[in-house]
Amino acid sequence: MIGRLLPVIIFLALGILLAVGLKIADHKTEIPSPLIGKQMPEFTLPVLGQPEVMVAHDELIGTPFLLNVWASWCVTCRVEHPVIEELAKSGLIRVVGLNYRDEEADAQAWLARFGNPYELNIADISGRTAIDFGVYAAPESFLVDPNGTIVFKQIGAVTPEIIKEEIVPRVMEWRRAP
Amino acid sequence: MKNCFLTLVLAVLAFSATAADPLVFTDPAMEERYNDLTAELRCAVCQNQSLADSDAELAQDLRKEIYDMMMAGQDNEQIKTFLVDRYGDFVLYRPAMEGNTLALWLMPGVLLGIGAIAVFFTVRNRNRRLATERQKGSS
Amino acid sequence: MIPELGQVALIGALLIALIMGTLPLIGASSGNQRLMKIGQTGAIAQFLLILTSFVILTWAFIVQDFSVEYVARNSNYQLPMQYRFSAVWGSHEGSLLLWELILCMWTFAVALFSKNLPDDFRARTLAVLGWVSAGFLLFVIFTSNPFGRLIPQAADGLDLNPLLQDPGLIIHPPMLYMGYVGFSVSFAFAVAALLGQQVTRDWVRWSRPWTHVAWAFLTLGIALGSWWAYYELGWGGWWFWDPVENASFMPWIVGTALIHSQAVTEKRGTFRNWTLILAITTFSLCLLGTFLVRSGVLTSVHAFASDPTRGVFILTYLAVVVGGSLLLFAIRAPAMVQGSNFAGVSRETLLLINNLLLVVMAAMVLTGTLYPLLLDALDAGKISVGPPYFGTLFALLLVPIAVLLPLGFYSRWQEDSLGRLLRELLVPGIAALIGGLATAFLLPKAGSWGIAGVAGAFWIMTSCLRYYRQRVSAGRGRRPSRGETGMILAHFGVGLFLIGASLTNAVSSEKHLRMVAGDSFELAGYNFVFEGTRGVRGPNYVADEGEFIVYKAGKRVTSLYPQKRRYANGQVMTEAALDPGLTRDLYVGLGEALNDQGTAWAVRLYHKPFIRFIWIGALLMMAGGFLAATDRRYRRSVTARSENPVADANLAEATA
Repeated sequence: MIGRLLPVIIFLALGILLAVGLKIADHKTEIPSPLIGKQMPEFTLPVLGQPEVMVAHDELIGTPFLLNVWASWCVTCRVEHPVIEELAKSGLIRVVGLNYRDEEADAQAWLARFGNPYELNIADISGRTAIDFGVYAAPESFLVDPNGTIVFKQIGAVTPEIIKEEIVPRVMEWRRAP
Repeated sequence: MKNCFLTLVLAVLAFSATAADPLVFTDPAMEERYNDLTAELRCAVCQNQSLADSDAELAQDLRKEIYDMMMAGQDNEQIKTFLVDRYGDFVLYRPAMEGNTLALWLMPGVLLGIGAIAVFFTVRNRNRRLATERQKGSS
Repeated sequence: MIPELGQVALIGALLIALIMGTLPLIGASSGNQRLMKIGQTGAIAQFLLILTSFVILTWAFIVQDFSVEYVARNSNYQLPMQYRFSAVWGSHEGSLLLWELILCMWTFAVALFSKNLPDDFRARTLAVLGWVSAGFLLFVIFTSNPFGRLIPQAADGLDLNPLLQDPGLIIHPPMLYMGYVGFSVSFAFAVAALLGQQVTRDWVRWSRPWTHVAWAFLTLGIALGSWWAYYELGWGGWWFWDPVENASFMPWIVGTALIHSQAVTEKRGTFRNWTLILAITTFSLCLLGTFLVRSGVLTSVHAFASDPTRGVFILTYLAVVVGGSLLLFAIRAPAMVQGSNFAGVSRETLLLINNLLLVVMAAMVLTGTLYPLLLDALDAGKISVGPPYFGTLFALLLVPIAVLLPLGFYSRWQEDSLGRLLRELLVPGIAALIGGLATAFLLPKAGSWGIAGVAGAFWIMTSCLRYYRQRVSAGRGRRPSRGETGMILAHFGVGLFLIGASLTNAVSSEKHLRMVAGDSFELAGYNFVFEGTRGVRGPNYVADEGEFIVYKAGKRVTSLYPQKRRYANGQVMTEAALDPGLTRDLYVGLGEALNDQGTAWAVRLYHKPFIRFIWIGALLMMAGGFLAATDRRYRRSVTARSENPVADANLAEATA
């Protein structure tokens, strides 16, 4: 008897899996980052517009920040930009820009046109540092804690919901702990 | 797929300079190793394509990276570890044979084993019935 | 006005399908002839309505009526005429209408060609098909209507995806659907048999030709898809284990098991439950495939515009159709061990092992395809499962199948001796040895899998030829039956396929390099000379066309003209140039221009030996399937009863 019920049971299990699959389908192309919980990758990159001024990763450790990966050729970055500006203006957390695979002139023009909320903008022209961060699309954002550990990665545009749910609670926690 | 075309078009527009030159290999064995390895890796942007086939900018960057690593003497395991550390297991078309993918690799063998046992008993059953049938027929 | 008629026709067909699904069932259980006849009338009416609907949609494409949103999204003014036809199924809604049309065609065919079936069985079969159709029509009408209007009308359409502007699109989906949907018939037969408690040998004999034809079409459809991807997409690849490819391959595997299981049930009366469950499973996998392509659950190059809402609908449909029929099987399947018994060494045993191996193979493909989803759903990480997994396990499972295949041929029903079998296999064994050694010496790059594959192919093909000769002489000069000839032909095709599949990846050569006009490169004995590029203009694109002249040993072999096309909607596409050959393909693709003047190009050159064997083998399999379906015995009404079924079966093969 079990033998004959087996196909239905297998199908039932399959159906449940597929139903769950439908629920999570929106996120199916997102690749979770293996860097969560790890120290941010080492890098030494020039400041955008000032190629002789280099910034190393350890200079950024101490105060938490949001590393926002953007580029002038990235359409979604334009959509995200007002949210980033709001975030920077609120003073909640400092925002550092990583200009990804861009021409300096284009990047500067973009910032001039849409506003520059970044405390600092570093230029990753070759994209090598972005690879170390596991970047595969723009925009992406990394939330880095006071010790330099990556605690959260946002794939795609940062939204007010993401700020509320992921960034604010963590920042509050960091403020509480000495 | 459409997204990947868009990426390509945008990339072409932004970089009216040029796409990367094809990589030059002097050692045919290394070239084959490179081709095989990049075919086993998945493009994170154009997720339907291997790293070898994808025209996405990231794929070009990663191919160059792999080429440099091979030239520097790194073996396939080291290169795969480099990529997995940054992009996760997703980039491997060959799932690991350990941890939560062990079941994946073992399932066919296990199923075959169970099936073989079932077949064995079925055939033995039928064989016995046949023998009984013949006995009854002859007696 | 006219597109709205198309919509009305759909609704009409739905109503008929619902009627077809209920009244004949009532008629079948009460013996009411009039109600049962509704099945046939309904099938005809449904077909005519859906055909009307389909013709209306096609007409909208031909006259380029951009007030219909589907037309506006999938074509534009510059689209050449032949692609306007195929654009009808270029996207989700239209392809569903094609699916439905083909379902109605099959239903209509069942209504027409079922004179030899008992009335109640026929009525139930058509009723089941009516339900399948009704569910589909509900889906189309409520979530995927191709007749929606675009107001205001578009000035010009978006265009058909350039990848689809190709002869491959004209033929691959229709042939694939013919197979895919065709398995609904053996499904309906199985469910009808369960409903009416008529799981007899006759039932199997009736379903066999339908199964053969559906299987043959599916083989063709898959082969076409592979061939199309090869020259259009694949940079020389012919199979990618993409989720949607797997979705079509799984029913093919199980359909193959079904055909073999049907053979046993027809000849010997055993494996009844196997045949039932395989018939249900095959079509279930077809529906599952439809779900996977359109629900957005899996990432795939084939996926239509994904929409989880539609996914919910199809999943519900799946639950009802598949879940319902599997439940029916659990309740109604014949309980007792039935049919003739058999010995350890017998054709029955071998085909049982065959069933097992094929089912494990299908389970492997299913698991591999869904495993990433499983881990993601359990929040256990995101992995990928690709060709390294599928290819390895597929090859491993093919080994026992290939080895046992000729044993299946030569073995007798019910009882045979191992010694006799091994004696028969001596000649094929020698052939396999020769094939393996020849490969090892002539094609050192083939590797152990290549050598094993060729040896296996020789093993199989020699057995086929020997068996055919034996059958001819056993029949005293008369040709074997179509069923037998078809079987031999199909298995011979398996051998050819095996040669292609084992060798081509191992023995191919490829080169990516930078070339300017005047450059040449030697690959696998062929000298490719790049003569430069020029601009060309197509009906809806402009392109850079490269010219390559290929020489071998100084003599000119061919000229190849790969293109880099820019379509009206901005999309860029590579059109590779191919020199096909029986023993090798030459393949050239233009990558990117490497300088602004367009004089230096990234070029890909390929030499692909034996790749055509893959598709020729598949075509032989298909031909065998079609041939076997036309066997005379399928047109008889009743199986002749006999007192010695075993001797009969063995004799029938010798003289039929």
